[in-house]
Amino acid sequence: MKKDSNMEENTIRTQYLVIGNSAAGIGAVQGIRSVDPSGQLLLLSDEPHHTYSRPLISYWLQGRVEPENMVYRDTDFYDDNGVTALLGPDYRVESIDGENKTAKLANGQTVVFDKAVIASGSAPFVPPIGGLETAQDDFTFTKLADAQGVRDVVDRVNEEGRQPKVVILGAGLIGLKAAEALNDQAESIIIIDLAPRVLPSVLTEGTAGYVQEILADRGLDFRLGRSIASIGDHQVTLSDDETLPYDVLILAAGTRPAVGFAKEAGIECGRGILTDEHQETNMAGIYAAGDCTDSMDISSGQVRNMAVLPNAFMQGQTAGVSMAGEEAVYDKGFPVNSLGLLGFYMLSAGSYTGDELVVNDGECVKHFFLGDDRLNGFIIFGDCPRAGIYTDLIRNKTDLAGIDTDRLFREPGIMAFGTQARAAKVARPH
Amino acid sequence: MKRVYVNEEVCLGCHLCEFECAYANSGAPDETGRPNNMFKAFNGPKTPVARIRVEEGEMRGDDRICFAVSCRHCETPYCVEGCITGALSVEDGVIKIDDERCIGCRTCTVMCPYGCLVYSDHHTMLKCELCLENSTGSPACVQACPNRAIVYEERQ
Repeated sequence: MKKDSNMEENTIRTQYLVIGNSAAGIGAVQGIRSVDPSGQLLLLSDEPHHTYSRPLISYWLQGRVEPENMVYRDTDFYDDNGVTALLGPDYRVESIDGENKTAKLANGQTVVFDKAVIASGSAPFVPPIGGLETAQDDFTFTKLADAQGVRDVVDRVNEEGRQPKVVILGAGLIGLKAAEALNDQAESIIIIDLAPRVLPSVLTEGTAGYVQEILADRGLDFRLGRSIASIGDHQVTLSDDETLPYDVLILAAGTRPAVGFAKEAGIECGRGILTDEHQETNMAGIYAAGDCTDSMDISSGQVRNMAVLPNAFMQGQTAGVSMAGEEAVYDKGFPVNSLGLLGFYMLSAGSYTGDELVVNDGECVKHFFLGDDRLNGFIIFGDCPRAGIYTDLIRNKTDLAGIDTDRLFREPGIMAFGTQARAAKVARPH
Repeated sequence: MKRVYVNEEVCLGCHLCEFECAYANSGAPDETGRPNNMFKAFNGPKTPVARIRVEEGEMRGDDRICFAVSCRHCETPYCVEGCITGALSVEDGVIKIDDERCIGCRTCTVMCPYGCLVYSDHHTMLKCELCLENSTGSPACVQACPNRAIVYEERQ
């Protein structure tokens, strides 16, 4: 990636431009390199770090992961893949021009590209709250820098000879993972959510209460159906006038797809960037992948934003292969989540529509959602080591008619499938 | 590449593959590099865990159907693509797991179509690495199978 002497000083030319350095961006790099081992590849991120796993920030804060194990790919990944990685606030993409295939960076440089993929992820959404602008020791919780900020406050409070009082806005995945990370390090943890239940994106109304009880037993304190009305000096006042003092305030009300510069460039967006099944946007040569996109949820037949890491990687990979000129299609999208909280595990996939079947096998409780001889989705509480066999039924829209479902829903296994299907699964290459 | 394949027609359901898998991966090698101290392996603080499992159930005529299932080393490995930490990777077609980077989050559990990842008692996932990472050198399950119900070979 050299500066082109025939062009302005401030111009960088590249064949492939990857905007983003997390799962979708890395998927795109791997996708491109699976087809084109040598084309110029420039990767940009406004964070100064080697690619790291976003979900690990809570594990790092908890002390369960060493800093060197935060990396999402080995430290020689960029070298091995011939990637020029420009990382840091200077390299934030400010705008993109789909017609002329250029991107403008925060440091004033212009990137001229043949093909680009936008993998800009999502950004935390913070609702308007009185006093937010002057609030102290408040953090969103999606980046390593956020976790580092929380760590600093916890350390400072520890130096005063006490443990921090933690208040978290948001009983979703991010808020609860932050709560888990701090549970053994805090004097108290209080979680507030406007919604009347925990984990609305992962659980049904019927199952949320059960999980809330388990988490409450393990030390978390909830204030649901309430919001933060105002923030004062290290304290929040809730909509029901309760006042809660805090040392650390985590704002995890939700995230929004980071579509800013894409939308301004005229790229079609719903909630996230819209793409075809090759991950290409309405602007030829510009692709998008990951949390910044909307895509088809095959379990519900609806286009929606499904910010989950496996999908982000696979979309990125599809975009990369397509950018490098080979046929690739992403048609296996549906929500998949594995969530461990304070030693309690939940696995879920698909959508929760159709008839609900509850199976308690002694080890775990499984909620299956069935319709038209298909599995639409499931939620499993407890350890279920072979749950992926259920996920595959959703992925392949498998007709359940020929399957011993009594057996399968009790005990996930290959045995429940017919002789031919069994042989296909264990006696053939995949 | 060479993979482990299973034929339910000749599986006896003896579970030797599970036992030998657990033992081969027990990490209790003697001075020859092979884990031959079986007593130590199975009576240590951590019970060895098998990465292969025998399913048994249905009847076919007079016979009970049995077969073993272990990692298929898929060409489209959903476990690797979904791994949130990068602990799972593909090396020369073999799907490997780095236990330093695995946090036991179970995303691979929910991604694997064959249910082939297992939990260890030290908070990470385990999987078949074709015994290339342990001192056995080639799949112990195949070596141990008395009826050639499990084979290690190249197939199209």
